[in-house]
Amino acid sequence: MARTNYMKLSGLEPLVFTPEINFINVGERTNITGSKKFARLILNGNYDEALEVALDQVRGGAQVLDVCMDEGMLDGEFAMVKFLNLIASEPEISRIPIMIDSSKWKIIVAGLKCVQGKGIVNSISLKNGEAEFIEQAKTVKKFGAAVVVMAFDEAGQADTYERRIEICERSYRVLVDQVKFNPQDIIFDPNIFPVATGMDEHRKNALDFFNATKWIKANLPGAKVSGGVSNVSFSFRGNNPVREAMHAAFLYHAIKSGMDMGIVNPTMLEIYDDIPKELLERVEDVLFDRREDATERLLDFAETVKSADKKEIVNEAWRSDPVAKRMEHALVKGILDFIIEDTEEARLELKNPLKVIEGPLMDGMNVVGDLFGEGKMFLPQVVKSARVMKKAVAYLEPFMPLPEEGAEESSLKKILLATVKGDVHDIGKNIVGVVLACNSYQIIDLGVMVDAQKIIDEAVKNKVDIIGLSGLITPSLDEMVNVASEMERQGIKIPLLIGGATTSRIHTAVKIDPVYSGTVIHVMDASKSVPIAGEAISEETKEAYRLKYKEIYAQLRVEHEAKQSVKQLVSYEEAKANPVEIDWNSYSPVVPKKLGRTVLKDLDLNEIRKYIDWTPFFSTWMLSGKYPKIFSDPVVGAEAKKVYDEANEMLDKVISEKWLSANAVFGLYPVQRAADDAVVFDENGNQTASFHFLRQQGKKGKGVPNRSLADYLHPSKQDYLGCFAVTSGIGMESKLAEFQKAGDDYNDILFKSVADRLAEAAAEYIHELVRKEYWGYSPDENLENDSLVREEYLGIRPAPGYPACPEHSEKETISQLLDMKNEIGIELTSSYAMYPTSSVSGYFFGNPESKYFGLGKIGEDQVTSYAERKGISLRDAERLLSPNLAYQPNLTLVEPT
Amino acid sequence: MQNRTESLLQQLSQRILILDGAMGTMIQRYTLTEEDFRTPALANHPKSLKGNNDLLSLSKPQIIKDIHAEYFKAGADIIETNTFSATTIAQADYDLSHLAYQINFESAKLAREVADEFTAKNPAKPRFVAGAIGPTNRTASLSPDVNDPGYRAITFDQLAEAYSEQVRGLLDGGVDIILVETIFDTLNAKAALYAIQDVYEERNIPLDPKDGGIPIMISGTITDASGRTLSGQTTEAFLISISHVPLLSVGLNCALGAKELRPYLKVLANKAPFFVSAYPNAGLPNEFGQYDQGANEMADQVRDFLKEGMLNILGGCCGTTPEHISALAHMAANFQPRKLQEEELEETLD
Repeated sequence: MARTNYMKLSGLEPLVFTPEINFINVGERTNITGSKKFARLILNGNYDEALEVALDQVRGGAQVLDVCMDEGMLDGEFAMVKFLNLIASEPEISRIPIMIDSSKWKIIVAGLKCVQGKGIVNSISLKNGEAEFIEQAKTVKKFGAAVVVMAFDEAGQADTYERRIEICERSYRVLVDQVKFNPQDIIFDPNIFPVATGMDEHRKNALDFFNATKWIKANLPGAKVSGGVSNVSFSFRGNNPVREAMHAAFLYHAIKSGMDMGIVNPTMLEIYDDIPKELLERVEDVLFDRREDATERLLDFAETVKSADKKEIVNEAWRSDPVAKRMEHALVKGILDFIIEDTEEARLELKNPLKVIEGPLMDGMNVVGDLFGEGKMFLPQVVKSARVMKKAVAYLEPFMPLPEEGAEESSLKKILLATVKGDVHDIGKNIVGVVLACNSYQIIDLGVMVDAQKIIDEAVKNKVDIIGLSGLITPSLDEMVNVASEMERQGIKIPLLIGGATTSRIHTAVKIDPVYSGTVIHVMDASKSVPIAGEAISEETKEAYRLKYKEIYAQLRVEHEAKQSVKQLVSYEEAKANPVEIDWNSYSPVVPKKLGRTVLKDLDLNEIRKYIDWTPFFSTWMLSGKYPKIFSDPVVGAEAKKVYDEANEMLDKVISEKWLSANAVFGLYPVQRAADDAVVFDENGNQTASFHFLRQQGKKGKGVPNRSLADYLHPSKQDYLGCFAVTSGIGMESKLAEFQKAGDDYNDILFKSVADRLAEAAAEYIHELVRKEYWGYSPDENLENDSLVREEYLGIRPAPGYPACPEHSEKETISQLLDMKNEIGIELTSSYAMYPTSSVSGYFFGNPESKYFGLGKIGEDQVTSYAERKGISLRDAERLLSPNLAYQPNLTLVEPT
Repeated sequence: MQNRTESLLQQLSQRILILDGAMGTMIQRYTLTEEDFRTPALANHPKSLKGNNDLLSLSKPQIIKDIHAEYFKAGADIIETNTFSATTIAQADYDLSHLAYQINFESAKLAREVADEFTAKNPAKPRFVAGAIGPTNRTASLSPDVNDPGYRAITFDQLAEAYSEQVRGLLDGGVDIILVETIFDTLNAKAALYAIQDVYEERNIPLDPKDGGIPIMISGTITDASGRTLSGQTTEAFLISISHVPLLSVGLNCALGAKELRPYLKVLANKAPFFVSAYPNAGLPNEFGQYDQGANEMADQVRDFLKEGMLNILGGCCGTTPEHISALAHMAANFQPRKLQEEELEETLD
């Protein structure tokens, strides 16, 4: 059949490359690797706006649209298919041919299956040998597309004239002779490389390209030549006047040499005839390698074209980048030093502080978000980036127009975050806030202990797109249910994200999802928050997403219920009849050396520091691994070491500058066990309180007990029990206020995580004192810290709210016994969270047989007994124990507040 | 004996070949009942099968053979197999996906038998069988849901798979040509072309008819006066999009009458490096959805493009009958076929 002698492409309309066309401009703002804006939109699932980017390209004169979805964090195949399908429904965009651009063959094939017109595949090459090249070319032909062939072979990329023509000729012959590819449909990319780099081997880069282009056009009939023009000026980044001149001159000569099409950013292009004569001469000297000193002369000249007011600050290379690039660098590297002056420069340049935030700052944070998403940055670095961001924003704030004057409303999606009422923990919430902020969300953080109504009011007032609830302690779970049902009652439809240490998918599915008709999603950790928020917000996906999660959670509920019915419980009576058997004949309770209450103030933090268990510290920072092995981890090791060193530096200051003081109070008391309770007496034998313990009710195998902490107390004789509270949070507030004022999330989170570790370490320290001295049942114990961490000592110190005794209100009893508030300044919230947050309380059990365990699910018989023993209503008991109930209580758990 | 592809190419170089007319219009004349559509095996099939015309190749093969014979008698050189909807996708509506291959195979065989009878009677006028591949009832580049433009009811791969099966059935039944017709979404057609290439590769059938391959005809549908396919392509864009395969012919059918088809046919006549075909409807449907353009009226309208030498293959689509085909055949005999251009004509303004 006849071959027609023009390259012909099509979208909805034809593009026939007749001689009059001269040059085909490929729009590439829809290339995710080349356009941060496009990348951000796609990653956020904002395909509507991404389509507008494509539309702008078409309206701006692009004759072919390059679409690339090569991005680590993205399912490229999915995104390619989705975007091309959407383009197909926009006739104004799909009228032009599509260039399906990917380094992944799979994505190219997926793309080919979506375009009805004849597009261009970008690209194939001999890189992996002839067999693969032929195979891929055949496939392209079978689909009916033109193809970009990179000047690349088994030996690498062509970087000389000779290599360029050698590879292009070989590729051409294979395509035309073996594959029978239409020569008109072959487009060579003979590699545009930078010139004036100062390296001799780069001097002929432009000239070689021109000559290779001429050769291809003369010797490979039908073949076309294409390239990405901006590469040529790479070494003049930061000097746009020179770059624009170079692009214009290069393009002018490349087209004269026969270049047919290319990727040219029109905003980075000077008009050839408008290039000042002196500059043009120097540029062309470089392009054609006409003088030995061409590069030096252009460099010298470049200095004079640079903006005149450039300051000499540091000789660090990045300081000479354009301001947006510098800000990006500062954000990615977390460098605070220059951010104020750079922000000021950007402000003057953009003439609008809001534009600085939405432009260079957000762009930079998006890079950070991408790197984090790709696993190339870690949480501590990201939080430092956020610190730089905040500092810049704080600087800009005074310049911002007052709300009523500022007509321009920020286009950023808003996310409200709050730790629910009764809970004071916010490290996780702050981390989520930082991570989301890195991904172009505006965060409205209501802080801790936030009442349901306030959350709703603020959400409505600020027109937020998502509400995120956080909580650490189990009673917060119920409060989240309460917030959700209040939202439902008040007709709120905003998607609700649930996060925090005790939250879970199953709790969200069983308790929260059923009371709220809007989207409810449990978020496992901060890194998951970005894609979830994206899908939940995106106009396009949100309804499908809501339904998807409704379905997932409905399914989970079904499974959960099924599990409930199979899960076998024994009766409370049977459980009590199967306790931990302790040979009380061979062990007698040890009488504490010092009975009653002991207060230790201003503990020596230098001493306590030695007791720190660092592993949980790393997990707070989402760096997984055990201390100290984590430092040699190939992925997170370096970052772990860095944050560890900084934590220690901070600890040095905490101690030397007395940022914190740690106090402890503990009491050792005679107790009398009464079934699963322990009646507490003072030194004089007066009954002062009762502790109420719970017993496992799961059906156990033979010889496995149904444990209760009560089992570790002598069943009949007088025994002893301790309880304690420590805090290392005294003085935290003023330092935190300082960080918050400076917008310094990094130090805020670092400080809190260090203080938490100190509180745990203080508990460890006190526990040792008690074992060795105050109680004295292990006077000769001599353990290193890692043995302490492994709990190799005798006795345990379970804490209310943790698995063995999950009911938080027992803290109230400890609090009263120890007079926690007056003695060392710890208060309890309505949900029994301790304040200051860096506090720990619990019991001391001295029996050598005592072990930690998890309570698991319990039945209504035990809950009824517990309510009676505690003197509370069954309903209250069910509320306090709701995470452990093996049954669905009769009344709703949620009491209107 | 001369290979049928060679014979077909030879005939095309000498005269305008005549394609048959509508199958559906002819079947309607028989006023068939539900029972007529059921083979013994399908006696208890739970779905109504009436209207599944392709199934008649299995249940009432004689009717289909008679219709083919009537078109040959009227002067047709090429008849289309009764397989417009014989893909697993289209048959899924009747829960008969499993019969797709068989329908294609049997339909091709029926048509082959009738064609061979007529060729034997008059070897000077060899008759050919084109295996008809319809567009299916789904579109690969349009969303059926206006609220979700990114959604697709069918994928390229699903289409290619269904078409592959159809092509195998048609080839096994002995067709001379594969005809991808009534293309309202070019992506569907590209999937069909992909499937055809796959099957040809698998069976070592050359793609190019000049190399002795089984020729491929393509026929698109311009749905309305916008001059575009349903999926939005102009005629030339459509042509470019399917030109990667060395086709026997490209053309237009259905939707419009001969008069309305003319400007778009002209684009193909000017630009296509392949033979050009047209088989318009018998005019536009009236308010009752019936085609009432008579045979002579249609022939009159077609005369224009024959005069200008725009066509190589001519036939009829919806509403056309042996009377129409006879009228077209008589008239076409007076005109020269379009000359195949080695290079396209100089720029013509559409």
